[in-house]
Order: sequence, then structure tokens, then C-alpha cells
Amino acid sequence: MQVPAHVDYERAATVDHAVALLVRYGPEARILAGGHSLIPMMKLRLAQPDILIDINGLSDLRYLRIGGGELCIGALTRHVDLLESAAVGDHVAILHDAERVIADPIVRNWGTVGGSLCQADPSEDLSAAFAALKGTMVIRGPDGTRTVPARDFHTGPYQTVVAPAELLTEIRLPIRSADRGGSGDAVSRGRGTGTGSAYLKVARRAGDWPVGAAGAAVRLEGDIIADVGIGLTALGARHCAAAAAEDYLTGKPPGEEQLARAGELAAEHCRPVTDQRGPADYKLHLARELTTRVLRLAITRARQATGSETTWPAA
Amino acid sequence: MQTHNPHNQVHSGNEAYGALPRKEDARFIRGQGTFVDDIRLPGMLHGAILRSPVAHARIVSVDASAARAHPNVEAVLTGSDLAERGLAWMPTLSADVQAVLATDKVRFQGQEIAFVVARDRYAARDALELIAVEYEPLPPLIDARTALDADAPLVRDDLAEAADNRIFDWTAGDEAATDAAFAAADVTVGCDMIYPRSHPAPLETCGIVADYGTVDGRLTLWSTTQAPHAHRTLYAMVTGIPEHKIRIVSPDIGGGFGNKVPVYPGYLCAIAASIVTGRPVKWMEDRSENLMSTTFARDYHMHGEIAATADGRILGLRARVLADHGAFNTTAQPSKYPAGFFHIFTGSYDLQAAFCEVTGVYTNKAPGGVAYSCSFRITEAVYLVERLVDMLAHALGMDPAELRMRNLLRPEQFPYTCPTGWQYDSGDYPRALRLALEIAGYDELRREQADRRARGEYMGIGLSFFTEGVGAGPRSQMDILGLGMADGADLRVHPTGTAVLAISVQTQGQGHETTFAQLVARELGLSPDDVEVVHGDTDRTPFGLGTYGSRSTPVSGAAAVVAARRVRERARLVAAAMLELSAGDLEWADGKWRVRGDPEKAVGIAEIAMAAHSSLELPDGIEGHLDASAVYDPPNLTFPFGAYICVTDVDPATGEVKVRRFIAVDDCGVRINPMIVEGQIHRGLADGIGMALMQAITFDPIGNCLGGSFMDYLLPTSMECPSPELGATVTPSPHHPVGAKGIGESATVGSPAAVVNSVVDALSPLGVTHADMPLTPASVWRAIQGRPLRPDITG
Amino acid sequence: MKVTVTVNGIEHASDVEARLLLIHFLRDELGLTGSHWGCDTSNCGACVVWLDDTPVKSCTVLAVMADGRRVTTVEGLAHGAGLDPVQQGFAACHGLQCGFCTPGMMLTARWLLNRNPDPSEAEVREAISGQVCRCTGYENIVRSILWAAKHDGATDANP
Repeated sequence: MQVPAHVDYERAATVDHAVALLVRYGPEARILAGGHSLIPMMKLRLAQPDILIDINGLSDLRYLRIGGGELCIGALTRHVDLLESAAVGDHVAILHDAERVIADPIVRNWGTVGGSLCQADPSEDLSAAFAALKGTMVIRGPDGTRTVPARDFHTGPYQTVVAPAELLTEIRLPIRSADRGGSGDAVSRGRGTGTGSAYLKVARRAGDWPVGAAGAAVRLEGDIIADVGIGLTALGARHCAAAAAEDYLTGKPPGEEQLARAGELAAEHCRPVTDQRGPADYKLHLARELTTRVLRLAITRARQATGSETTWPAA
Repeated sequence: MQTHNPHNQVHSGNEAYGALPRKEDARFIRGQGTFVDDIRLPGMLHGAILRSPVAHARIVSVDASAARAHPNVEAVLTGSDLAERGLAWMPTLSADVQAVLATDKVRFQGQEIAFVVARDRYAARDALELIAVEYEPLPPLIDARTALDADAPLVRDDLAEAADNRIFDWTAGDEAATDAAFAAADVTVGCDMIYPRSHPAPLETCGIVADYGTVDGRLTLWSTTQAPHAHRTLYAMVTGIPEHKIRIVSPDIGGGFGNKVPVYPGYLCAIAASIVTGRPVKWMEDRSENLMSTTFARDYHMHGEIAATADGRILGLRARVLADHGAFNTTAQPSKYPAGFFHIFTGSYDLQAAFCEVTGVYTNKAPGGVAYSCSFRITEAVYLVERLVDMLAHALGMDPAELRMRNLLRPEQFPYTCPTGWQYDSGDYPRALRLALEIAGYDELRREQADRRARGEYMGIGLSFFTEGVGAGPRSQMDILGLGMADGADLRVHPTGTAVLAISVQTQGQGHETTFAQLVARELGLSPDDVEVVHGDTDRTPFGLGTYGSRSTPVSGAAAVVAARRVRERARLVAAAMLELSAGDLEWADGKWRVRGDPEKAVGIAEIAMAAHSSLELPDGIEGHLDASAVYDPPNLTFPFGAYICVTDVDPATGEVKVRRFIAVDDCGVRINPMIVEGQIHRGLADGIGMALMQAITFDPIGNCLGGSFMDYLLPTSMECPSPELGATVTPSPHHPVGAKGIGESATVGSPAAVVNSVVDALSPLGVTHADMPLTPASVWRAIQGRPLRPDITG
Repeated sequence: MKVTVTVNGIEHASDVEARLLLIHFLRDELGLTGSHWGCDTSNCGACVVWLDDTPVKSCTVLAVMADGRRVTTVEGLAHGAGLDPVQQGFAACHGLQCGFCTPGMMLTARWLLNRNPDPSEAEVREAISGQVCRCTGYENIVRSILWAAKHDGATDANP
């Protein structure tokens, strides 16, 4: 088995300490969380940091919290935590769909949400899921905390807006818990407001990286799509999102014709590469097909919602 | 999870055959197996290999000085270091030569350039980066189909007589008769199909610990080898160390599947390093090395044709094959058969004529070709004929089961000599097919398929009927590197009545410690618990050609039985002396030598053994003790066969394939341990799913290997493999001492065609008549579009 | 780097390089060769051990990350002289052939049964879907785990 090159190591005691270490050691320092994105790269010597800053002890970065209209995910949340959280399943089914097909159960025990996002592998699933959910990334640096929309987080393959001395600490997803669920919520049920989300992935085998994947989050008001987010994985979509398709769909009825057109628009704005997972023309086809299918599924869930799905603010 | 195995044999008394739990499990479930990487010796050093990043280049210079200066590095060997000792090249199992460490050129990406020896594996890996190699790139030959073009780069300019990249041309069958059959046919169907390059990928990679004793000149090797004795002979020839001073121990091996048959450069480097440093040297390859440089499997570009009458009687078969062997011809198969047993492509059918021609070529890729449970290219042959039969069924508008049933050989035709000369020993093919159809509920499946098609759903039912030829082989016809393929067995019964059987084959998980004990136990009326099987240590076991080609049961198992029967006959003489009778007064019954007409007077082997070691006066014909040896020269191969049915569901919009059911009826003759037999079949079915749907080693146009890790060389998981539904028929082999035929490779041979036939069947309403493996989602989708992907080259 | 790791109940203090992988720490430093490795890319799962009661791929964890934590390997699966029902199940149902993937499979099985004592076949298959076996085609591994689920609570010594 291949093994990493020499590397130094420090353990961070707090988030601020981690940031201070990043400042001290400069751009050749890397954060070590689950390590399941970084350590494989180090073994193949595609990544050769000078020093690892281990943040596994920062248990205060591992949480799932609902409050103030948001679902907040600590960056050190392990994939399995998302998958096993009933609250996540209730509010944002897309994350359960995605986590179920990320890597395998053993890797999900230790890999972290933050680690996957910051590794920014072009085929990484959560980026598109958070893009569809129009989430917000919270980043801590020496000068304090800043937020960046999920859609602006990725700047290219293996590149994010996280600067060398910064640390991703949290992902925030907007929800309105007051609207959530319950037999008394006649208002939302009566008006037919519902939200639904879903993620669909095509891979060559269980646990494989996607050939292509699509995620969608929709809010229906009556028979109109009031708000929609579409995220695309491994299909060469800018910021992992299908903005043109989203713009088109907003305000439209969720009919087959509209979904098909959304799929076409999504594909039009994808620039996938040909590789051993598939040729570009097939991936473009997948962009179209999966966008349509995942919208259909999200809409079905929105219609089934009894108010227990997240409701969305206006875009 | 069902088995329809009517042969639920239960261990009872002296019967010995049956689903006995395995003796070897006790250590493995406790994590106490001993694999090569578990071996630690005092002072042991670690080796690592620097490999070429390019597929074809002249080596301008190799500078290892910085590596040698590394504080934890003990030595670095380069091609020129080995050349000084005459070790830079070694013979292959196909009468070619292979570079141990490159000297003049590199000829495939991943080829061995230098060998670092360091105090630990991490330092060895670090030191690789300190070796500076200057390459002068050359145009690479990656597309085998261009290998014989006039302007193709010459791969083997090291061979004086090589004018081009041709390795061999080989034919089998009767060309004129075949042409006549085709001319007389009402229908002919032809197809180009590729059996892509794949790799056995056992979970344990290849490796060795080499320990050369400078005082006694003994070389001891712990090695992942399926053929320890053959390796020993080869090392003696190559290194000049006398063979009686070489000992090879194959400890527990984590899977072989043909990957551990060849001698790899890393092994010789470790040996040389141990000699040079005077210390033990361990070399364990990593997974990328395993996938990129050790023996791949298949890579046959085939054109096949089938000829038939209008009412579905198959008349003849033709095949033309381009065989990509990579940069060196290292295939392991009997020397008279450069294309292995491919000419059994006549399959299981009653044909008039067949003809095949195979051309082997060099390319700038890793060497290999014969591996991965192929039974020496029978995987390729069965795939070709079973695809052609399905295509013929489609062309005739005939059900593929019906077409097969119409053409299968009949039991009364056995022993049957096929048009290319194989003599199939025994079989009742229609019975096996009927059983498979029954287990599958075939008619019901076809009805379901029709219903689903009407709803726009695509479900496929694919058949494969295969005949295997295993147990190589008669020594007059079959040798590897001049070593005849006969195997030995030594059996000793100790005074207290327990036995030790030393065999030449080497298990890598097939359960020899159990099944061979069962074989002997049955012959001698012992409990399998009282028979210890010794294997894998060349100092303690008789010579043999090793474990591959499903030959353990047919050859080594036969040797064990013959040895046991010799012991039994000696025991008869001793028993006669014990009972003061003559040998003719005794009969063997219920595991004892019994007096005819007086069944109460009987003696078992345990008692006889003590007597044989005692001061009892023994008659002529026995010197004492109760030991015997045998060397078994099989009179023929054995011919297991089977009928497989695969049910798939295909989503044509995404190309995704789901294997819903896999029905497998196997006939491997007499089953010694049905539980172990079924385990072998389970594995082969998974192999078929893997190769049909996801496994392939592909390259980009300049020779970068794209299958160098398990991220891209995909192996099936528990999610892709449905619970197999097994059935069995038993048609004993008439020439094997207990009628057993061998099973290890059958399912790998038979299953890929069933999966591919199933997917093509699913897609036939969309106009698809063939699609090449691996049928990834992209590949399926492209096939539907009529623009198929090439599986061997990407990009 | 100084690390203290409790492995199968025994505390070990070592000085290791930061880059040392946990699998190598277990095998080479501590001589616990029951855990294996089979790939370079965290795919095969031959290296699965428990890190604080959770199965992880120990080829993708640094030994330093295990500092202050507990590790359980196959050598710690048995209960004194008695085999765990998972181990018994694998032997009873022919759940292993070459034995190389077996330690990892058994540890995942034990973890699964601790959380889900009566899993369905589908749940068993999903639980082991990140681990490769080249010998069994998975069928008998699944049967072994289901056997163990039925016989859990019994810790007979192996005959």
C-alpha cells in the first residue's frame, strides 16, 4: 500500500487555535478532519502538506442544530451523522438521498461533511446538494467569521474560497421550523404549500463516485413552483448548480413539459469531460435526464408533504 | 437464498465426502493466518520498485546516487547492476524473456526500473523519489489493432529476430470443412467482440520475503505463489543457486486466481537484494503495482461467425482473434498451446466443423493474458460461442433456450471429440439445461418480459451453456517450460493411525486442507480430522505444477487418491498377516479390511498402521510402514459443464443494469465437499457480474493505464451480486479415480456471457444486437444510440 | 510523536511518525497481523478495525489520530477462549475462503449486530458494501452474519 511523505503534526485545542496554527504554518498546512479525502491524496503523494492540523478533537464543531429558521451543520459532522439524523431526513431529504450513496458505510463513519466540501473533488456529492438547498457556508479566519453562499463556495476542481488560514466551521440551511409538520397546520396543508427535495445519482457501481448526479429542492405554492434549487455533480455545471433551469422553472407549473425543458436547460449549461466514467455526450444526456427525474421526485415529495418538509423563503 | 442442490450430502460415518466445515477456518477467524506480509525476520529489509511513468521510452540514464545516500537505504539495484550478474532479463513461462529491471528501454507504463532496499517500507518509498531517470519518449503502441501496421512502433527491438510486433500465429480445426459448412448454411451471423483486459485482483497483492543464507548458500523464500515447485526450478535456472538449496514456502495466500502463477521481476529483485545485502528482504507490491504490472487477463479482440440451417441446426463456427499480450509474452499455459485452450470454442454443441486462428501481438502495455480463472483462455472461447449462439437465436427469431437444446451434445455422444480435437469425457447437457430452466421458471420469466415490454420496461433473460476443459494435463501433451503437468502426492500413515498427505498443489482459499483430507479419509476409512494435509512448502511436498486451471482436484486430487489406494493395498497385505490369512481372503467394506464371509472379523487402517510399524512378520510385497506415493499423469482433461441463466433489469435512459437473479446449474462430476463447490460457484458468478458490468483495465491513447486503482478498476460488491440460485447434476468423469472434475473456474468461465446475453436481450427491442463488456451505464447508453464505446482505449 | 492507544484492551505507548498509518501501526509496531491491507485508495476494506467502537478503514487513519482512543482488531473479537458468534457463523457457513477479507468483514458484522440485532439480508449487504471479497461472491458472508444474528448471545468455545 502506498504511504504518505513525511509530514509534521499538531493538534488543535479550539477553533481559534486551529486558525492560529494555520496562520503560523502558512499555505502548506492542511486541516485534518476525517482524513478520508486528504489521506488518500497524501498516500498517492498528490498532496504533500508540510504539516497537518488535526481538528478531530474539536467536538464543538460536530453538531446538527435546528433553530432560528435554520438547520446548522457543524463542519466536523460525520457523514453517518447526517444519514442517521431523523431531523435531517424530515427537513432535507436530499441530504439523506445523497449520503446514502456517498462512498460506503465504513467511510461514512469517519469522513466529515466539511472535509468533503473543502476537498472539492469535482465528483463530490454534497456540494451539489448544498447548492440545491441554497445553503450558506460559514468560514472562520484570523479576522473573524464570514459567510459565503454555497453556490459560490467552489471555484474549480479541488479549489474553494477557503483561504489558507481559514477553516470552514458550519453549513447553514434555511428552514422554517414553525411551519414544520403537525396536525394543526391547516394553513399550509390547505393552501397546498409543500417542500420536497431529492438526489439521484448514476454510478458504475455501489459506492463509486458519480458518473453524474442531480439534486433538487422545490417549494410548491398551490400548483406553482415558487422556488427551486438544482445542483449537479460531476457534470461540469458552474458552481454545481443549474441556474438557468432554476430561473426558467420559477413561477411555472410542475408539468412534464416544464420538467423536460428544465432538463434541457440544465444540460445546455454543462461542460462535462470525457473520462473513464463516461463520455461527454452521455454525461450531457444524464444532466438532462437526471435533472428531470430528480425534479419529478422532489415535486412528488413536495406534494406529499404534510408540512413536515422545509418551507423555503423567497429566493 | 435458495439452493436447489439435490445432493445435500451429509457426513456420516466413513462416508467422508460431504459439506464438512473447513479445517483451515480455525486460524483465519482468529486473525492468525500467516500471509507473506505477516512474515518478519530479524534484520529484514524492505524493497520498493521504481516504475516507469511512460509507456515507451529509451532510458538515457538512471542516477540512484541520491537514493543510495539516504540514511535508511541499504542498497539500490538498477538494470545495469543486475546485468552485471546476468539477472537483468529472465525467461518467461512462454519461452520469451522479460526485463527484470529495464536496461535499454521501458516498454510499458509501470515497468520496473530500479529496486530500493531500505530499513522500513516508508523509507523505501521515500527513496524512490530520489532516483533520477532520464527518458527519451518513443511513440507508444497502445491500440492492438494497429500492432501489425507497417508503421507501428516496434516494441521488442531487443529480440534479434523480431521484425514486427507479431508473437505467434496459431490455428486449430479444419478450415476447408468449415468453409464448406458456411457455404452450405442458410444463415450466418458474424460479430466483432472484445473480451476486455481485466485483472484477477486477489485481495492480497503479490510479494515475497527472500532470505539468502551466506553461510550455507541456502535461499529461502516466502512467496505468494500458486506454483512453488515450478518457481523453485525456475529460480535455480535463472540464479544459478542449486535447486536443492532453494526452499519456497507458500504460506497462506490471500487469493490467487492466476495472478500468482508467474515469476515477477520484484521476486528476482528481492532475491538479488538479499544476496547483495546478506539480509532478508521483503517486497510487497502495492495495489497500483498489482493492477499495472502483474499479469492481466483476457484482452482478446475476436471476430466470430456462426453458420446454421434455417431450422436452427448449428453447422459450424469460425473465429479470428487478435491477442494483445502486452510488452512481453509471459502467458502461462502449456507450451504447445500459445492461445491456450481457446480452440474449445466449439462449445457444447454438435457441430460439423470449426476453425480458428489466433494472432498474438506485443503492445506497450503490461505483460500477461492468461489469468483470472480463465482455464487457459476458455473464458474467451465460451464468451464467443455463447454470444454467437444468442445472436443466432435472435437472427432466427428462435428462443435461445430452444436453440441451445436443439444443438446440445447428447449423452450418448460421449466421449465426444469436438472438431478441434478435444475429447470431452462425459456429460448430460440437456438435463443440466432443463434443470436450470426449471429453477429459473423460464417460461414465466418470458411472460413477465413480454408484459414489461408492453409497459416500456426492459428486462433481459440471458443464457450461457459452457463446457470447460480443466485438470491440465497429460504430460505428453502438456508442459510449462518443459515441466510436464503431472503432480505428486505422498501419504504416510503414522503408527497411531493418523495420516499426513503432502500434495504439490497450493491452496489460495479453495479449501485443500479439508477436501484432500476428505479424499484420503474416504479411501482409508478414516475421519477427515485424522488426515493432515501439507502443502506449499517445497521442502515437504512432492513436485507438481501448482494450482490454477482448476487442476487441483483432477490432478493432485487424483494423485492423492492413487496414493491412498496404494496405502490401502499395502494395508491389505498387513491385515492378512495380522489375521493369518491370505490377501485374497479379504474384502474392503465399511472402511475396513474384512474377512469374506465373516464380517465380524475386520481390521481398520489405524490398527493396521500400528501393526505395519511393529515387529509383525510381513509378507512379500511390503517392506513395512504404511506409506505410499503417486505421481498422477492425467490421461485427459476433465470437462465440467453448466447451464446459467441471468435475469437483468435495464434502465435505457440511464444505461443502468441491475442483476436481479442468477441461476447456475453446474456439473463438476462427483462433489467431494458440496459446500466448498458452491462457494467456488458463488465467486465465479460475482466475477461474471464484475466483468460484464464494470471491470476493465483501459488505457488512454498514449498508454497511461486508467485502471491502476480500485477507484477505477471496479470490483463488484455485495450490492451487485444477487443471492445465487444453484442446482447440480453429477456426471462423473470416467477417467478420474473418484469421478471428480474440478470446479474452481467454471462459474467465471460461464457467467459473463449470461450477463451480457441478458442485457442484450433486454435491449433488443431497441435494436441492440451486441454490446461489449464492460456494460457500464455509459456503455449501455452508447450501445442504444448505435455509437458503442471502445472498452480498451478511453479518450 | 508520542501516542497512547488502547488496542484490544491493552494500552500501548509508542513514538511514531505522524504519517504512520494506523494499519501499519497495528501490524508492524504491535505485531497484530490479523488486520490486512489490500489497496491504495480506501476501497477494499481489508483494513477495517474499530476505532472507539466504530469501524473505520485503518489505512485511511493516521496512528496519531488514534491517540487516546481505543482500537479493536480481529484479535480482540473473541471472548477469552470462546469465539464470538460472528466468528462461529463464518466457520459454520463457509463465510471465508482465503481469509484475507475476513477480519474486516467480521468486525463490521459485529458492529452491525450490536446496533441492529435482527438485520434483513438487504441491511447486511449494505453494511458490508464498502468491503471487497474476491473469493466468496459475498453470499456465504451474508449467510454467516445472519447465522450470527440468530445465534447471538451464545459464546460457545469452538470445538
